Amino acid sequence: MLYDLFIAPFAEFEFMRRALAGAFALALGAGPIGVFLMLRRMSLVGDAMAHAILPGAAIGFLIAGLNLFAVAAGGLIAGFVIALAAGLITRATALKEDASLAAFFLISLAVGVTIVSMRGSNIDLLRFLFGSVLALDDATLLLIAANATISQFGLALIFRPLVLECVDPVFLRSVSGAGAWAHIAFLALLVINLVSGFHALGTLLAVGIMMLPAIAARFWARDITTMITIAVATGIVSGYAGLLLSYHTSVPSGPGIILVAGMFYGISVLFGRVDGVVRQLFPGRHLEA
Amino acid sequence: MTAQLRFCDLTLGYDRHPAVHHLNGTVEAGALLAVVGPNGAGKSTLFKGVVGALKPLAGRIERDGFAQQDIGYLPQVAEIDRSFPINVFDMVAMGLWRQAGLFGGIGNKQRGRVEEALAAVGLSGFEDRPIGTLSGGQMQRMLFARLLLQNARLIVLDEPFSAVDSRTASDLLGLVRKWHDERRTVLAALHDIDLVRANFPETLLLAREPVAWGPTAEVLTAENLLKARRMCEAFDKEAEACAITEAA
Repeated sequence: MLYDLFIAPFAEFEFMRRALAGAFALALGAGPIGVFLMLRRMSLVGDAMAHAILPGAAIGFLIAGLNLFAVAAGGLIAGFVIALAAGLITRATALKEDASLAAFFLISLAVGVTIVSMRGSNIDLLRFLFGSVLALDDATLLLIAANATISQFGLALIFRPLVLECVDPVFLRSVSGAGAWAHIAFLALLVINLVSGFHALGTLLAVGIMMLPAIAARFWARDITTMITIAVATGIVSGYAGLLLSYHTSVPSGPGIILVAGMFYGISVLFGRVDGVVRQLFPGRHLEA
Repeated sequence: MTAQLRFCDLTLGYDRHPAVHHLNGTVEAGALLAVVGPNGAGKSTLFKGVVGALKPLAGRIERDGFAQQDIGYLPQVAEIDRSFPINVFDMVAMGLWRQAGLFGGIGNKQRGRVEEALAAVGLSGFEDRPIGTLSGGQMQRMLFARLLLQNARLIVLDEPFSAVDSRTASDLLGLVRKWHDERRTVLAALHDIDLVRANFPETLLLAREPVAWGPTAEVLTAENLLKARRMCEAFDKEAEACAITEAA
């Protein structure tokens, strides 16, 4: 009975195993990135960037059809271009970064959907918007795994300047010029993780596996290492439970994963040890010192 | 070699608007210099320029004999994101940047030095506290501990005594005096005129333009202070390009 419920779907079906592997890799790469986005107050930047990838991927699709490398390369290029352009426009004009990103992502979404519709069917469009976690082929799985690996090592390399750039940026500039490079490397890691997420969860939900576990982790930890660990664990459990949910019910798989992550978020907001709602309403008796 | 800091017709600012305008002068090695001026006088901007975090709009800063790792900087508390989940130990350990750099580990010996620095500022036992839980005074003590680890020859303090009680201020002033006795060069941006008069031999009175620079008693006259306040009016959006050409 328990076996049928929790293990059989993965033991019996290869596409479920692939989906699980993809979801795990995604959680490992995206979780830490999400924590930094949240701590830098860039949560919505991730969202905007995810949309920005769509037109690039769509152009790849227009040229080469559903070819992994064309679509991924298009997405990567578009992601980097948008990240740079948004930064430049902010610097050159009076627009705040969030405003210029909002402008970019609305335009990108419209352009992307238009291009996909020009060449493909509604099925293709759905695939672009919501991903296809149940149809990951070898190449896509490898891409996601490679991105997760790069992301882990890359983050380890830039961890110290990145943390300091968040807490005490002027001090960092007084001891080292690494801050700007760390920021650029971080944006690059963000883009490759979004491209991974795009393949599995689509342009609209790719950020979900990045931000929801990170925001949930905020309610359980007071130091960044624990926070990242919790975010990754939450992402992994969401992937597993979301796939089960979609297998046993009629919930589509991508949204299933994000729904479970959303549930973890809700629980954390309510019952989190650090500033959770219940904890604030009923803080217990004050301490002696 | 005597290390000194020279400002040569230095203009610093943001978006072409000068916050420090045509500053000339020399900070001698071993000086204990207070930088005084109203809000918006350019004290923080000057310090960001000194530590290399801000490039001059015109002119230059010569740091003869001071390399980047010789400079220790205490930023204004407002520059620090206190909601970031990092604890006191990790924050103070960043003072070891010169040894540890981007990737170096913090070994037992370094741990010992962090503990010593925390003890020296009276924060033993605070290692695991998130920085967001510190009071204003504890926060400044923590930043001083980080400075102690930097072991710098040029020390730049941006409002080190803001929001601290008199006991903390006098503890921290003790450290500043010790640095001065060790012939380190110390620059501090301060608002408390009495504290400056009692402890700092040399003062720069700044109001975007330098008002006066010299022995504290000669600089901090009522007349100069009034002048500084008058000069610090809001910046002019329609300002013309500055006509003073750079000295050759």
